Amino acid sequence: MALQSAAMKKISRRAVLATAAGAVAFGGKMRAQEPAGLNPAKRPGRAPRAVGERSTFEKAQRQVRGPTSSGTPHQDLMGTITPSELHFERHHGGVPDVDPKTYSLLIHGMVERPMVFTLADLKRFPSVSRICFLECSGNLNRTAGPETTPQQLAGLTSQSEWTGVALGTLLREAGARPQAKWFLAEGQDAAMLTRSIPIDKAFDDALLAYGQNGEAIRPEQGYPVRLLLPGWEGNANVKWLRRIELSDRPFMTREETSKYTDPLANGTARMFSFIMDARSLITYPTYPVSVGKGWIEIGGIAWSGNGKITRVDVSTDEGKTWTAARLQEPVLSKAHTRFRHLFNWTGAETVIMSRAADESGYVQPTRAEVIKFRGLGTTGYHLNPITGWRIKTDGSVVYREEAWA
Amino acid sequence: MKAPVAILLAALATTIVLAQQPPQRFGIGRPATDAEIKAEDIDIGPDGAGLPAGKGSAAEGATVYAAKCAQCHGKTGKEGPNDVLVGRGAFPSGADTTSRRTIGNYWPYATTVFDYIRRAMPSPAPGTLKDDEVYALAAFLLAENEIIPRDAVLDAATLRKVVMPARDKFVADSRNEKRKKQ
Repeated sequence: MALQSAAMKKISRRAVLATAAGAVAFGGKMRAQEPAGLNPAKRPGRAPRAVGERSTFEKAQRQVRGPTSSGTPHQDLMGTITPSELHFERHHGGVPDVDPKTYSLLIHGMVERPMVFTLADLKRFPSVSRICFLECSGNLNRTAGPETTPQQLAGLTSQSEWTGVALGTLLREAGARPQAKWFLAEGQDAAMLTRSIPIDKAFDDALLAYGQNGEAIRPEQGYPVRLLLPGWEGNANVKWLRRIELSDRPFMTREETSKYTDPLANGTARMFSFIMDARSLITYPTYPVSVGKGWIEIGGIAWSGNGKITRVDVSTDEGKTWTAARLQEPVLSKAHTRFRHLFNWTGAETVIMSRAADESGYVQPTRAEVIKFRGLGTTGYHLNPITGWRIKTDGSVVYREEAWA
Repeated sequence: MKAPVAILLAALATTIVLAQQPPQRFGIGRPATDAEIKAEDIDIGPDGAGLPAGKGSAAEGATVYAAKCAQCHGKTGKEGPNDVLVGRGAFPSGADTTSRRTIGNYWPYATTVFDYIRRAMPSPAPGTLKDDEVYALAAFLLAENEIIPRDAVLDAATLRKVVMPARDKFVADSRNEKRKKQ
């Protein structure tokens, strides 16, 4: 909580600075009257440099949530690509330093030819790039109070353009046997994290990714090689990948039994629930910004692990009526999709909400619908309810609290 | 000049392939040796596949636990601050808002206890326990959870036979099947 409040102070200060800058623009000096020391046109600019950095005025940062995760600042982002340095983190044994020169991947088990590939080997195979989201399956802060940002509510989803080799290409190289139905993916972090994955996914769209947004993937995302399973829960996308073993049954690892399972209201628990269901998140206006009367462009992101987002509806009257938002093209499968909706705010208190639908016909559920199926005693995995933001009469915006226990 | 260009175009036309067919194999990478596979293949299957030689008793496990585990998981495995390991409350389904998830009421396979302790514990020095110590810790934790007797000794033959209380509580993900029916 100390970390959260420190982050909040930063955000508040930035909001204040932005307000102050606005005041200068309206009531201040004309542009030409700026002191020479502040006018960039009156002095030579900086020389070229080998590695660029963002403007010193830009302060967007991840929210570190204790030792195992940090969240993406959705309220500060534009478009759909998450800058690699702001991609969320979630790890189970810290971020390892893996030397790409000594890196190798072992593929064995139910294959004709057990193989070892170096990083250079992996890069020699035909490469594939795709844009998709990656979301931790535990991406809803169920105890969020009014003073909660989108980052604090659902910061564990991010989007990148990933580049790598199709896993199917490698499994054909090793000669996957017909009886192989699952594969184990194992990382080389301190947890040596392991997950069992149905082999159909390997031949569908799974990648071994070594590229992220045009450069080598970041250590936090699995440098030098990670498994990428588009649309599937983050935990299964094993990072720092060292070994793949094919088998005719799942391995029942700790993560897929005692952790990433979903207790249900009917007395059982769901296992191997890989797909991340459709969800949307308003990112503006949200806490801690304030708005004035008049036109507001409500915006946010929507995504589905089941394919393309087909529709995002926005309500500006707490769910009584809904209007289809505009979707930013191109809409990609299993990808964050930006939506926008114009709202002429009269100054009356209201709640704004968003609801996503995808090409499988699925519509994002309400909190009550989620709880009916999952039960109040369930875990935090795969919770994707419609969420709302309350605009108060003074223009301040807060998260609409909901009870989950 | 027209004739040579036409000939060149004709020659090109005969060699253009609209879509390349990748080869079944590229011949990249090298065969893995049996020794490499044996050294790296540390996973334990739910059927006990991969369990190594060695054995350990719950009493021996209590000693290892006190020295290497209690600081994070509590004196009896119930106190935390990290994961609660011991407890036989009701299966913590979504309908239950009080029962905490433990090895005793939520882990469906005892083999996972061995696999996870050996690969990832103790967290300050993961992967440093000897196989006998891992068997002993598994015996201690399963005995504390009242799944095996306190005087039990675990090895590859006995561990694979342990049936966990939560074994039949898990169901397959049916979300997409439901959608297809709609």
